Amino acid sequence: MGGHESPIQSPFQLAFRRLVRNRGAVAGALLLSLMTLACVLLPLLLKLDPSHTQPVLRNLPPSSQFWFGTDGLGRDLFVRVLVGGRTSLLVGLASTAVSVLVGVSYGAVAGFYGGKVDEAMMRLVDFMYGLPYMFLVILIMLMFSEKARGDMLPVFLALGLVQWLTMARIVRGQVLTLRRQEFVLAAELLGASDARILVRHVLPNVIGVIVVYATLMVPSVIILESFLSFLGLGVALSWGQLVSDGVAVINPVRSYWWLLVWPSVFLGLTLLSLNFIGDGLRDALDPKART
Amino acid sequence: MSEALTLLLGLALLAATAWCPPRLTRLLGCLLFGLVLGVLLRFSLGAAVGVLGGLIGAGVAYRIFPLLVLRRVVFLVPALVLLIFATTLLMYKAPGNPFANERATSPQVEAALRAQYGVPKNANQFFAIYMRRLLVEGTLGPSIKVQGRTVEELIAPAFPVSLSLGLLALTLSVIFGLTLGVLAGLKRNSAADYLSMGLALIGISLPSFVIGAVLMIVFSLWLGWLPVAGWGSYRHLIMPAFALSLPSAAVIARLSRSGIIEVMQQDFVRTARAKGLPESWVIGRHALRGAIIPVVSYLGPAAAAIMTGSFVVEVLFAVPGMGQWFVKGAINRDYSVVLGTAIVYFGLVIVFNLLVDLAYAWLDPRVREERA
Repeated sequence: MGGHESPIQSPFQLAFRRLVRNRGAVAGALLLSLMTLACVLLPLLLKLDPSHTQPVLRNLPPSSQFWFGTDGLGRDLFVRVLVGGRTSLLVGLASTAVSVLVGVSYGAVAGFYGGKVDEAMMRLVDFMYGLPYMFLVILIMLMFSEKARGDMLPVFLALGLVQWLTMARIVRGQVLTLRRQEFVLAAELLGASDARILVRHVLPNVIGVIVVYATLMVPSVIILESFLSFLGLGVALSWGQLVSDGVAVINPVRSYWWLLVWPSVFLGLTLLSLNFIGDGLRDALDPKART
Repeated sequence: MSEALTLLLGLALLAATAWCPPRLTRLLGCLLFGLVLGVLLRFSLGAAVGVLGGLIGAGVAYRIFPLLVLRRVVFLVPALVLLIFATTLLMYKAPGNPFANERATSPQVEAALRAQYGVPKNANQFFAIYMRRLLVEGTLGPSIKVQGRTVEELIAPAFPVSLSLGLLALTLSVIFGLTLGVLAGLKRNSAADYLSMGLALIGISLPSFVIGAVLMIVFSLWLGWLPVAGWGSYRHLIMPAFALSLPSAAVIARLSRSGIIEVMQQDFVRTARAKGLPESWVIGRHALRGAIIPVVSYLGPAAAAIMTGSFVVEVLFAVPGMGQWFVKGAINRDYSVVLGTAIVYFGLVIVFNLLVDLAYAWLDPRVREERA
C-alpha cells in the first residue's frame, strides 16, 4: 500500500482512495459488515432457534426480554430477523455469483468475436431483457417446489439465471473496445490462443466494471427473493417472508407494527448500504459511467 | 430429452434471425405482421375481415414501417411461439399436475379428465393441441381448475384492471422521474439535486411491497383517506399505482439527470444560447429532446419491471388483475391459465416495445435514416 506521500500510485490505489473519501460508501460498508456479522454469528454463538414457539408469549410488543417483540406463535422476532437476514444475504451473494459467471462469459465471448456472432447473442439478451422475468423465476421455482423446502440451490439458480443480462451487456461493450487495442494484437501475433487472450489480457481490464455491477446486482437479487417469499414461493425463512407475515396482520383494530417494522428496516438498510457501496465503487473505478 | 433439443433448436433459430438479410427481413416481417393481425381479426370480427385486414396490414407494414421495427417483428413472433413451448415444458417438468388433489384420483378418471381438457401426459402433444386451439379455434382453452370457464372469460375482466394499473404506474414514473431528474441535472450539486437523488436511491432500495404496506398504514389506517385494498373506484388505484411506479421512477430520474448534464455541455446548446434564445426555450426545445432519448430506450425494460412488480402489488392490495391469475395458476398447476396470462403479458410487452421503437425513430434521426 503506498502512503499519501508516494508519488506514483497504481490505478487501484487511486480508486481505493476515491472510495474511502466517499462517506456514503464507507458508512454503507460499515453498516453492511455489522449486519452480516450479526446475522451470521449471533444465531450460531447463542444457539438461537427461530422456530421455538412459546404459545403463552404471543404477539408481545418489544420489551427488554424480547427486543423486537414476538409473533403470533410466540416466536422471538429478533432471532427470526437475524436468521432471515442470513438467508437473504446468502441468496444475494450466491445468486449474484451465478449471474456474474454466466453474464461475464456470455458477454466476453460476444464482445470478443464481434460481428454476426455478437449480434445473434445480443439479440437473445435483448429478447430476455424485455420479458417480465418474474414469469421465468416463478416457473423455475415450481420445478423444485416439492423437494426444495430448505434447499436453497434452486433459488440461487432461478434468480441468477434471470439477472445476468445487464452484466452480459456491460462486459460485452467493454470487451468490444478492448479487443481493438494494440496489446491484444501483440498477444495475437505472439501466437496466444483466443482463450488465453480473453482470460489473461482482456478480462483483467474489465474487473473493475464487473465488481461495480456485481455489487449493484446483490440488492436487486435480494428484492427479487423477497418478492418470491411474499408470493409464498420462497423456500426458507428470509426477510421477505417476515415482511410478508407482517403485512398479513395489518388490520384496523389492533396494530402489530413490530412484525412489519423490524424486518422492513433491516431489509431496507441492507439494500440502501449495498446501493451506497455500489455507487461509491462506480464513482471510484469507472468515473465515466457516473449517473 | 427430445423436448430440450427442440428448445435449443428454437433458440438457435431465433438467434439465426440476426443473419437474415435486409430484403428478406422486410418481406418476412410484413408477412408475419399480416398473419398475426389476420388471426386476431378473424376471431374477433370474422373470417373475411381477417383475410382482408391481414393483407392490408402486411401492405401498410411494407410501405411505412422502418427496418428496425420489421426486424423486431421477425424476431418476436417466433419468440412468442418459443415462449409458449418453454412455458409448457417448465410446467410439465414441475412436480404435480392439475388433476392431483387430496383424494386419490383413479387412473381411469384421470385419463378421462386429461382427454376432456386436452392435457395429455406428454409436453409435446400438449403443445400441439394448444397451438391448434389457439390458431384454428381461436381460444385460450378451458381453465382446468375453475370449473366451466374458459381462460378468456377469466382474463377478460382482469385485463383492463392490470392494464390501467400498469399504464398509470408507467405514466407516474415518467412524470416523477423526468421532473426530478431534469431539475437535479440543471441544478447540479444543489440541495434539490441531493434531495432528488436521495429519493431515487430510496426508490431503488425498497421493494415495492414495503412501500405499499407503509402507504397502506399511513393513508388508509391512520388518516383514513383511501380505501385499504380492493377495486372499484379510482381511489383504489392511487396507492397501488404509486407503489408500483417508484422503482422505475427512480431509474428514470437517474437516467434523465445524467442525460441532461451531458446534453447541456454540447455545442448545439451553446449555439442556441449564443443566438440569444431565452433559457427556458434552450432547455425545453433543444436540450430536453436529447436528454429524454435514454429515458425512452429504458421504457421497454421499465414496462417489464412494472409487470414484475404488479404481481406483488396486486397481491398486496387485493387488486383483481392478471398477476393474481398467473400466480394462482402457477401454484395450482392450471396450465391453460398460466399460458393464457403469459401470452397476454408477452403480447403487451411486444406491442409496447414496438411503440417505443417507433417513438425512438421519431426522436432520433440517426435511427430513422436506416429505412432502406
